[in-house]
Amino acid sequence: MAETGVLKRANAGPSLLADPVTRLRIAIIVSLLILWEAVAASGLLYRDVVPSLHAIAIALFKLLATPDFYGHLGVTIGEIAAGMLIGGVLGLIVGIALGANRLLSQAYESLLYYLGPTPKIIFFPIMIMWFGVGPGSKVAMGAISCFFPVALSAASAMRQIDKTLIRVGQSFRANTWQMATKIYLPAMRLPIVNGIRLGLGVAIIGTLLAETKLSNRGIGFLIIQAYSLFDMPRMYAMLIVLFVLAIGANALVGRLGRFNVIGQK
Amino acid sequence: MTHTAGAITSPSRWLPAALGLGTVIAFFLAMEILIRIGVINRYIVPMPSQIAAAFERVILEEDIWGRFRLTFTEALIASAMITVIGVTLGMLLYRFELWRRATETWIAAAASAPTVLMYPLFLVIFGRSMWTIVMMGFAAGLPPVILKTIEGLSTTRPVLINVGRSFNLSPAQSFAKILLPAALPTIFVGIRLGLIFTLINIVGVEFLINFGGLGQLINDLAERYDLPGTYAAIFFVILISVCFFIVTERIERWLRPAS
Repeated sequence: MAETGVLKRANAGPSLLADPVTRLRIAIIVSLLILWEAVAASGLLYRDVVPSLHAIAIALFKLLATPDFYGHLGVTIGEIAAGMLIGGVLGLIVGIALGANRLLSQAYESLLYYLGPTPKIIFFPIMIMWFGVGPGSKVAMGAISCFFPVALSAASAMRQIDKTLIRVGQSFRANTWQMATKIYLPAMRLPIVNGIRLGLGVAIIGTLLAETKLSNRGIGFLIIQAYSLFDMPRMYAMLIVLFVLAIGANALVGRLGRFNVIGQK
Repeated sequence: MTHTAGAITSPSRWLPAALGLGTVIAFFLAMEILIRIGVINRYIVPMPSQIAAAFERVILEEDIWGRFRLTFTEALIASAMITVIGVTLGMLLYRFELWRRATETWIAAAASAPTVLMYPLFLVIFGRSMWTIVMMGFAAGLPPVILKTIEGLSTTRPVLINVGRSFNLSPAQSFAKILLPAALPTIFVGIRLGLIFTLINIVGVEFLINFGGLGQLINDLAERYDLPGTYAAIFFVILISVCFFIVTERIERWLRPAS
C-alpha cells in the first residue's frame, strides 16, 4: 500500500517531494515514529504503556478483522446519528425561531449562549435516570451536546441573511414556502453546515464518553474494556480508528458545506 | 422622549429579560406542580424545592468549597500550562514559517479531534491521580491557544510593523513593543477558548474517573441515588461554568479595544 502511495507521488511529479513543507512533514512523522519505537524498546515507561508500533499494527489488524467490532461500531454510529437527528432538528427549530424574532432572541438566546460551553457529560446521571442504562441515555447525551452549537449557529445564520436577498424575494412576491426554500435556506446553508459540523464533533464526544462511563455495547465500551484488561495495543488501535473516523466525519461535513456553496455559484 | 428616558421606560429594555427570567421561573413552578400531582415521577425528577433545599446540604456536608478549590487548582495548573506552552509554541511557529506551514493543519485537526476520549490512555500513563485530570485539560486546551497566537501575530497590521521599522527597532523590540501588544486580543481569544475546553474536560474527567473535585461530587451523589443532591451539584457546576464564561468574556471585551 505504501508503495502505491510512493508510485502515485512519483507520478505526480518531483515538485511534491521537492516541497520543503512535505519534506519537513515526512521528517517529523518519521522522527516521532523512531522516538516512539525507541521509548517502547527502552522500557523507560511501564511495560506496554508505549507498545511497539508492530504490536499496535497487529492489534489494529485484529480489531478491523473482528466482525464483532463492526457490531459495536454500528451501535455507536446509530446512537450518534439518532442524537444528531434529535438534537440537530430541535436546534434548527429553536435557532430559526430565535433568529427570526428579536424578542425571543433577546429573552432566551443568552441562556443558550451561556449554557453552551458547560460540561455536558455531568448530565449523564440524569439521562440514565430518564432514559435508562441502554442506548437511550447515550442518544440523549448526543442530542444535548449537539443541540447548542446547532441552535446558536442557526440563530446567527438567520440574522446574517443579506436583507437585499429578502427584499428581492419580496419584490418577486414569493410566498412563504418559496421564501424559505429559495431565499432563507440557501443563504443560511454555510453557517448551518458549520453548526452541524461543530454539533457532530461534540455529539461524538458526548455519546462516546457516556459509553465509556456505563454501557455494554459500542466503541466507548470497547475502549474502557481494553483499559480494564490493560490491553494497551488494542486501546491504541481503537483510538486510532476512532480519531480517523471522527476527523474524517468532520472533514466530510465541512466539504459538504463547501461543495454546496460551489454548487450554488 | 429623550434617548435616556426612553432607555429606562421603554418596555424593549426590560421585557426580554423579564420574559427570559419569567420563563425559567414558570418552568420550575410547572415542574414542582407536575411532580406534586404525580404526573412526573418524583423518584426520577426531584421537586425544584427539594433541589433548592439540597443546596445547603451539599454545600455543608459534601465539602463543596474544598472540592471547588481542588477543581480550581487543577484548572489553574492546566491553564498556566496551556498559556505558557501554547503561546510559546505559537510564537515559535510564527517565527519559523516552514514549521508553521508543515504543522498548522495538524494542530487545527487536533483542535477538532475528540481528545477527551483518550482519557483511559492518560489514566494508564498518569494513574488515577490529579495529573490525569490536569494533563487531559492541558491536551484539550492547547491547540486553540497555539492557533490563535499564530493568527494574532500574523494578522498584525503591516503599518504598525512599518512604524517599528522607521523607528529602527531591533527584532526583539519590535516583537515586544509592536507585535505582541497588537496580537494580544486575538491571543486572549485563543486562551479563553483553551480555558473553556480545559474546564469542560477537567470537570468531565473528574466525573468519568470518579476522582478529584466537583465532577466526582456529581458521580458520588448519583451513585448514592441522592437525586436532589445530584441535581443541586449539577446546577452548582453549571453556575460556576457560566460565571467563568462571563468573567473571561468581560476580559476579552476589555482587551479588544487595544487592537
